[in-house]
Amino acid sequence: MHLTPDELIYAQLGLFKLNATLLFTWIVMVVMVVGAWLITRRLSSGLVRSRWQNILEIIVLGISKQIGEVGLAAPRPYLPFLGTLFSFLAVVGLGTLVPGFEPPTGSLSTTAALALCVLVAVPVFGIRSQGVGGYLQSYLKPTPIMLPFNLIGEVSRTLALAVRLFGNMMSGAMIVAILLTITPLLFPIVMTVLGLLTGLVQAYIFTILAAVYIAAGTRVRDTAQSEA
Amino acid sequence: MDNTTLIAVVSIAVAGLTTSFGTMGPALAEGRAVATALTSLAQQPDASATITRTLFVGLAMIESTAIYCFVISMILIFANPFWKHFIAGGG
Repeated sequence: MHLTPDELIYAQLGLFKLNATLLFTWIVMVVMVVGAWLITRRLSSGLVRSRWQNILEIIVLGISKQIGEVGLAAPRPYLPFLGTLFSFLAVVGLGTLVPGFEPPTGSLSTTAALALCVLVAVPVFGIRSQGVGGYLQSYLKPTPIMLPFNLIGEVSRTLALAVRLFGNMMSGAMIVAILLTITPLLFPIVMTVLGLLTGLVQAYIFTILAAVYIAAGTRVRDTAQSEA
Repeated sequence: MDNTTLIAVVSIAVAGLTTSFGTMGPALAEGRAVATALTSLAQQPDASATITRTLFVGLAMIESTAIYCFVISMILIFANPFWKHFIAGGG
């Protein structure tokens, strides 16, 4: 029983270890990229379109609407980043149905990397919409005394994003592994279904929280402009 | 009781206590959150999409502290750094 997929090592080349986390991340990447390329090879904007294009459009429009409801009024610039986050986490969550699949988000490395992506994305989007001065000024709001708390808040919410996703995925895998040694047939299946649900909910939560943080980082200018 | 036994006993006992105490607070908080959400849904059913989404985000944040406690318990049992140190270095 392993705590994270980092411990399953398939090959080793000097210092570089090919562990299960890397392997399954690459597999998910290949599946998503090849699938998307296959579906969008012949896009049609008419009334007749393939089923897969319909599915992709539903997903893209759904994510776009959710981002818009969270507070980013024009969701288009943020859609690639947030959509990729949600798609990757959703495919990883659904992949637990495939036997032998170890979710790479069950390793703190993957979730920490994703949380760091969000940590970097918030200033990038903030500076893109408000300029460097405007974005840095947002750390001094509501009063300059709050500056250390805002900084600590940035770090702690990144950490919370990483540990929340890691804990949920790791606990799902571990509960199934433990139950397999106790009551082999019924309860592991029930817990796998529960793990599927929590995987998808956590994918949604991660994306929505990333959208909320980006909205908080880009918000201030919009209210100032609308007041002016 | 030598060092390794002491570390094992304390780790196991604390792991159990961590999860048991750590899940009480979030469970009560989540209960209150869902109760308030249900009241708001009853008062304003047409805002149900916003309320439901906010409820799920809030539940995930409350759940985080329970997850932290679970992760600590798992680390204590399966990846205990003091255990490895004492096994390697000798009691």
